[in-house]
Amino acid sequence: MSETLRRSDAPGGIDLDRRPDRAGAIKSRLTSWDSIILVLTALVLLIASVTVDNFGTSRNFTFMVLDLLPIILIALPMTMIIVTGEIDLSVASTLGLTSSMMGWLWNQGLSIETIIPICVLIGAVCGVVNGFLITGLGLPSLAVTIGTLALYRGLAFVVLGDGAVADFPWNYTGWVTGTIGGGAVPNVLILIVALALVFGVVQHATPFGRSLYAIGANAQAAHFSGIRVARTKFWLYVGSGAVAGLVGVLWTLRYSSARADNGSGLELAVVAAVLLGGVSIFGGKGSLPGVLAGVVLLTALQNALRLEDVSGQALNIVTGSLLVLSVLLPNITTAVRGNWQRRKLRRAAAAR
Amino acid sequence: MTVTSDRSAPADAPLGAPAPKRLGNLLKTRELGIVLALALLVAYTAIDNPRFLSGQSIRDNLLNTAILAVMATGQAVVVITRNIDLSVGSVLGISAFAVATLMSDHPGLPMAVAILVGLAVGAVAGLINGVLVRYGKVPALVVTLGTLYIYRGITYSWAGGSQVNADELPRHFLTFANDSLLGIPWLVLIAVIVVGAGSVLMRNYRVGRELYAMGSSPAAAELAGIKVARNLLGAFVLSGALAGLAGVLYAARFGTVDAAAGTGYELNVVAAVVVGGVAVFGGSGSVWGAALGALLLTVIGSALAVLDINQFWQQAIVGALIILAICADRLVAVRIARSLRKRDAHV
Repeated sequence: MSETLRRSDAPGGIDLDRRPDRAGAIKSRLTSWDSIILVLTALVLLIASVTVDNFGTSRNFTFMVLDLLPIILIALPMTMIIVTGEIDLSVASTLGLTSSMMGWLWNQGLSIETIIPICVLIGAVCGVVNGFLITGLGLPSLAVTIGTLALYRGLAFVVLGDGAVADFPWNYTGWVTGTIGGGAVPNVLILIVALALVFGVVQHATPFGRSLYAIGANAQAAHFSGIRVARTKFWLYVGSGAVAGLVGVLWTLRYSSARADNGSGLELAVVAAVLLGGVSIFGGKGSLPGVLAGVVLLTALQNALRLEDVSGQALNIVTGSLLVLSVLLPNITTAVRGNWQRRKLRRAAAAR
Repeated sequence: MTVTSDRSAPADAPLGAPAPKRLGNLLKTRELGIVLALALLVAYTAIDNPRFLSGQSIRDNLLNTAILAVMATGQAVVVITRNIDLSVGSVLGISAFAVATLMSDHPGLPMAVAILVGLAVGAVAGLINGVLVRYGKVPALVVTLGTLYIYRGITYSWAGGSQVNADELPRHFLTFANDSLLGIPWLVLIAVIVVGAGSVLMRNYRVGRELYAMGSSPAAAELAGIKVARNLLGAFVLSGALAGLAGVLYAARFGTVDAAAGTGYELNVVAAVVVGGVAVFGGSGSVWGAALGALLLTVIGSALAVLDINQFWQQAIVGALIILAICADRLVAVRIARSLRKRDAHV
């Protein structure tokens, strides 16, 4: 993706000529999209819990966490992949395939304790195929993952047809939908927090994480500075597949139904959430907190509007607009700022 | 995606005298590959069941291809400029619903008006995409992913759960899909005209070659004085308008239109274009190749039914085919690069 869709006048490197003084850094930090989205999310949560009936209840909180579970988990590795300038559109199909396999294996009489690791492994294998095609053969990730999107979803249908498997043991399905000690905190929140912490630390506090940004900024330069670009990307795809597999398991348990069409179309929601969180589609820019805020914002909006009886589909307009604005607004502000600075320089030159 | 610098697109071919011919031959083999695959598939299926080649069966296949081929034409033009238009499925939906509502409210309107309205709705949608990509400097993937949601959302809020049924539509609108001229259904005829015009435009006209140049190297195209802004807007308007036209054809063919019409079509269209040999890095491929890709995908579907293979295999086969097609493109690109390097070494 990185090179192929990059336009000559892509936004990036525009801020290079600005002096990195402290005040400027803080100012740009405050006006960056990540902070805007964080503030926006907080506002939406605040306003919704005051004005929308039942929004602030613990019951609704549980539902909201369950709704954002699939998107937020898949968004974690997706953020890393997009930061390196690639993309993975096959995640939702990987989810569908693992869900199908889970149903099929359950029908074969395997125990659920064996099935769950197998399903995560199947997801990882899907990622290995993606990773091999993209890094081994050097094929464009956009095209490859559109291909595997169809392939994995097709295999899901081959495995399970249009039937469903629903008789999963209650102690597992109940755990996914249940809360800690019957309180307000859903069990799956532990999983979300744990995985978000792991991914957050890896992305923002390890050499590996920094290398992702280097790859996204300039893969060739990263290669020459000793970063194993291909190997890094390969493992990102494996990770993405494994997480998608895990989400397939959780999805199946949550609705207690293994179906081949589980989660179809989810890839676009995940990509939208990641981009909304301020990650550049060209790679090299973006942070995990922004992405997490993006996911929460989308889910909270959807939830609040649903409680207000606004059609969920009309929300698509909001999602789409936010997605476009997330790139458009920063572009406009840089353009305006650049214009203003140029005029100031010109005036200074004329005065001299 | 790690190595992209060594690919050579046909648009930057005229480096030396013998190059265009050789490149042309190589390209021909690329589209020839689809034709061969198609011929093989049809032959195998026909041997298994001769009725696969009956008039009715061929007619069905062509009718099913028509809508996809019309959309693939617009998509191919956009992808050749190194962009992508993911909003086509939603544009089809909004246009189909607009036209169906219009025709059920004013049954007296002729078919030509319906087509024009569909084209206009699509063109406006495409123009918005193009303006955001060019003047907003937002990458096409982000813009069209956003408008995929926006256009679909608009259709849903407009429809509000209602749908237009076949019995509310005028007769001449519904029979249009099955009426034929000289034995060729109108739907197929329109698709053939669109694909033919698109191919000629891209192959023989200045603006077409400029679009290839833009896809090969956007920066170089700008420096060479190509009106990049105008061409880019044109490409998106064309893709939108053709998706709008596809909406009219969809409404006429299926009769019942709700807000979900065309959901997920964007992936089929992109699949057809990629299978048809249009590289996602732009600058190579052809419109008629994309149309062949659409035909191949449709024929696979019906061949599976005839061969009594589980229908569920279809999507998996399509996926495998896409990957195969990109691998083939990669192979061709590597071979061209090698041959060019060798030639340069001798000079």
